[in-house]
Amino acid sequence: MAVSAPLDLDGPPAGQAIRLRAITKAYRSGVLALGPVDLAVRRGEFVSLLGPSGCGKSTALRLIAGLAKPSSGRIEVAAGSPSQRGHSIGFVFQEPTLMPWTSVRHNVGLPLQLAHAPAAEIARRVDAALARVDLSEFAEAYPRELSGGMKMRVSLARALVTDPDILLMDEPFAALDEITRFRLNDDLLALWRELRQTILFVTHSVFESVYLSQRVVVMSPRPGRIAAEFRIEAPEPRGEDFRTSADYAAQCREVSRALAETGSARVRG
Amino acid sequence: MSAREPSEPQPSRLTAARILRVLLPVVVLAAGIAAWDLVVRLNQIPPYILPSPGLVWQTLLADWPILSASLLATLWTTLEGFLAAALGGIALALLFNQSRWVEYSLFPYAVVLQVTPVIAIAPLLLIYLPQETAVVVCAWIVAFFPVLANTTLGLNSVDRNLVGLFQLYGASGLQTLWRLKLPAALPYILGGLRIAGGLSLIGAVVAEIAAGSAGAGSGLAYRIAESGYRLNIPRMFAALLLLSAAGIVIYGLLALLSHLLLRRWHESALGKEQE
Repeated sequence: MAVSAPLDLDGPPAGQAIRLRAITKAYRSGVLALGPVDLAVRRGEFVSLLGPSGCGKSTALRLIAGLAKPSSGRIEVAAGSPSQRGHSIGFVFQEPTLMPWTSVRHNVGLPLQLAHAPAAEIARRVDAALARVDLSEFAEAYPRELSGGMKMRVSLARALVTDPDILLMDEPFAALDEITRFRLNDDLLALWRELRQTILFVTHSVFESVYLSQRVVVMSPRPGRIAAEFRIEAPEPRGEDFRTSADYAAQCREVSRALAETGSARVRG
Repeated sequence: MSAREPSEPQPSRLTAARILRVLLPVVVLAAGIAAWDLVVRLNQIPPYILPSPGLVWQTLLADWPILSASLLATLWTTLEGFLAAALGGIALALLFNQSRWVEYSLFPYAVVLQVTPVIAIAPLLLIYLPQETAVVVCAWIVAFFPVLANTTLGLNSVDRNLVGLFQLYGASGLQTLWRLKLPAALPYILGGLRIAGGLSLIGAVVAEIAAGSAGAGSGLAYRIAESGYRLNIPRMFAALLLLSAAGIVIYGLLALLSHLLLRRWHESALGKEQE
């Protein structure tokens, strides 16, 4: 059963992929948006950051990716300096964020092209990434010819094409219908079971976070802080059986209650 | 699906609508010419006041050697002005995009150049520059601002997340420009070029008229001014007809270019194809 436990910050850095130490991020106006946050993610772990909109969870992700700088604190990513992060971090945005003017193949190959990889290697790795997301026959299609779910899978393929150790996902399935979202959740779990990257998954869906992750980190409204943590117990591999089980429902209820408490605590001041 | 079918237009009705769209303007044109002809005939208006459409056409054919040479001269000026405007506008927008200080320093003057009527600048340019250069500069002055403004807008409209993605993957400034900013700005640039095409023709005509009154030049606008002095009204109309035709062809070519470049991905081109 899920237990709210304090973070183990003294764990050996060797086994960790991401480590946030007293991270804060303030707006230009000086208002604190995030933190202080301490978070450690083990290598190969699937962690969800769950919180209401505006709690800074997306900001945390951008900080880890090196797309923004923290106001204070330290970020350690097992991926080298910010300029090298692109090679070991894959980032999936809330929107597919594809270049509409070029084909699926060129969209997926972009990270390798930017790194001046040889054409033959780009072709090989793009084919492999597209096969992983089951879009091989759409390589020459343009983004506008694809459905919302397919675009998101292209975006995922692009994040996978560099074989990253870490996947940062910013509410990637939030804009999709539920049927498509369930399918992509299962696809993502299958990928993770095979590749075992470290995944940090930002979402505002309790159900999604419990279904997908090994650990759910609940964040409070602004300024975003870690309010609770839950270890999700589930039989592997997770699938429809887990989604419909009483165990799943119970854990969702537990997480849901913690999320509600962060909100009401705020209202009570 | 079956419930939606009745509301979707039938293929035959679609073709009919398309034929009408071509046919109606042609009918209006024919009616206009017929009315013009009728007015001239019934009132027996002399050609030096209002020539009949038939006479204009005859003049166009009879004066073709002179008029075609003038047309070429005007088109050449327009093309030079347009190319200078396109390259200058895009280059300046890129410079503005790279350096805010350059933008702050120069943008007000780009606006000044735009809002000052070119007809007032043309005589001055003709004093200080050789005539051929002055004419091209006039075409450039009126045409470059839409390119500059549209390109600037396009470069500033790049998807913020795509910029982040390029940053994450360590893209160089040149890569970001070439692979992200320019393609993203392309629909805006093409919109600017379409406006610039028509404007550079206007700029060329304005400069030719200004130069023509100084007694030199060989473009179509000069022919119009010259024919006006000589009361050769049919030739004025013939030259005007050619200028309009040139404007239409320039617009059509740029619209075609825009369509070819954008048809696979941009919304503006998709609407037409699905029609």
